[in-house]
Amino acid sequence: MSWEVIGIWLGALLSLCLYSFLYKDNPFYKFAEHLFVGMSAGYWVIYTIMNVLIPNWWQKLVPMEGGFQPIWLVPGVLSLFMLFRLIPKLAGLSRLSLALIVGTGAGISITAMLQTRALAQVNGTIIALGQGGGWFNWVSNIIMVTGVVCGLVYFFFSKPHKGVVGGAANIGITILMVAFGASFGYTVMARISLLIGQTQFLLFEWLPTMGIHL
Amino acid sequence: MRKMLFVLPLLVFTAVMFAQSGGLASVDGGGCFIQSLTAEDAPNDAGGGIDLTWTVAAGTALPDSMILERFDHDGIWSPISTLAPASGRKTDVGLDNDQEYSYRIVPFYNGAGEEPCEAVTAVPQKQWIHTGRIGMLVTLTLISLVIFYYIEHGKRGGKIYIRRIAGLTAVEDAVGRATEMGRPVMYIPGIMDMDDIQTIASMVILGRVAMKTAEYGSPLLVPTCRSVVMSVAQEIVKESYLQVGRPDAYQRESINYITDDQFGYAAGVDGIMVRQRPAAIFMLGTFYAESLILAETGRSVGAIQIAGTAMPSQIPFFIAACDYTLIGEELFAASAYLSREPKLLGSLRGQDIAKLFFMIVIVLGVLTATVGEAWEPATKVADFLKTITRVE
Repeated sequence: MSWEVIGIWLGALLSLCLYSFLYKDNPFYKFAEHLFVGMSAGYWVIYTIMNVLIPNWWQKLVPMEGGFQPIWLVPGVLSLFMLFRLIPKLAGLSRLSLALIVGTGAGISITAMLQTRALAQVNGTIIALGQGGGWFNWVSNIIMVTGVVCGLVYFFFSKPHKGVVGGAANIGITILMVAFGASFGYTVMARISLLIGQTQFLLFEWLPTMGIHL
Repeated sequence: MRKMLFVLPLLVFTAVMFAQSGGLASVDGGGCFIQSLTAEDAPNDAGGGIDLTWTVAAGTALPDSMILERFDHDGIWSPISTLAPASGRKTDVGLDNDQEYSYRIVPFYNGAGEEPCEAVTAVPQKQWIHTGRIGMLVTLTLISLVIFYYIEHGKRGGKIYIRRIAGLTAVEDAVGRATEMGRPVMYIPGIMDMDDIQTIASMVILGRVAMKTAEYGSPLLVPTCRSVVMSVAQEIVKESYLQVGRPDAYQRESINYITDDQFGYAAGVDGIMVRQRPAAIFMLGTFYAESLILAETGRSVGAIQIAGTAMPSQIPFFIAACDYTLIGEELFAASAYLSREPKLLGSLRGQDIAKLFFMIVIVLGVLTATVGEAWEPATKVADFLKTITRVE
């Protein structure tokens, strides 16, 4: 029996174990779940050491070409503070590292969010309504601009959704729901194609290993 | 208002730095087939780059190929690229800042190199200000000023209205239901790390949910996908339990790390759901393809589910499978809504004003762009608005 066949059998049996969850929680699902979680956790530990810790910290602290870069002791010490969470008396030090992570993350996100979720959207919406020519493009562009403006009105939190504001907000949420419906259908189709792929694996790769050809 | 003053030096600094520009070197091709070759410092970078542009003279005999060469401070002409004999541009990167580099093009006819065209020089420099982002800086500064103003307004006791958000008014009901049923509350903070703004927003909401579970005495389960998120969640929940005077009820081990793997995490959380059968499940943060797996399992165990994310592709699944869904920015408004802190409410009001500003820009831009098709001067307004909102 080749390694390839062993791999196919392993994949097929674990797939069936996971699909058994569709019936109810059972020992087969538990086995596959624990194997999956355990292996992925172990994999990520090694991945983080090999692809983050060593190249991004250790090799910069002690470069291959020689020398010692003491500035890289700073992130090392901050990392050590995180491990101090295991020692109750020193656990408070980890808050310094956590504060740095959260503060940096929030700060960097400000510009990224403003760029991608505000300015880029505004820029993309500033178009001539007749752009593209023809009545269809006129209607499409009017729907798009109305949808964006009314969608923004829906996300007004400090104004009661009554009167004109309420009407615009209703149009906004209606257009959002239509968009969500389209997105839902599109993604369900993609998920079905994943199911078809896994079923094809079971039918056309696993079954032939038992001499069953469909 | 004093806080606003700090941005003035920033604006002055910006204006000064805006005037900076890299040098431009350019030569005519002389007798060469290259009509012109220019070299200039690549703009808006951290240095180390030179932009090269060349045009081929019309009506001259073109070579079979040409090689772009660089003469660097080591004193050697070295080829950096073999090019087709046509006009084009290239950015030479990985150079040392403030060092002069020369470039020339060597034509090749029948495989043999001929006399090179005249060389040009340029010096790569770093720029402190990305001029393509001035519009964003100004916008961000204005928004910040408005937010600061309303935060001050809120802190001084100014009344700020905030509309009802159904998903958030249901938080207390959900925790109460779990208490009555004697089952735990589960909080899933998404699958991204603490550098993600949605995870940060989720952690703030977790603090509020933890206060409720502490008050009601319901167990709180927080399975996390990232170790740092687990640490932050532990700190936040511990703080919340302390604030409501129930530090004894805090259970550190109920806030645990599963795995960084997306579907490994989904499988693990599903397992916890079917075995612990939480009566209320909160899914607030960044979610990807695992959203429906989690929401469906939560529904199958009969939990009341409140979800929220700013991921447009996942919102439909939450709407379909959960009882309440916070759509997009409602997630970010949740912390202000739940806490009713004047500082956060002021910030929310400031953001609303920013939205109004963007709406005005859109409407004005669309009107002027549309009118501009028949009346040229209006286009200038639309172009200006496009320029200040351009992202580079």
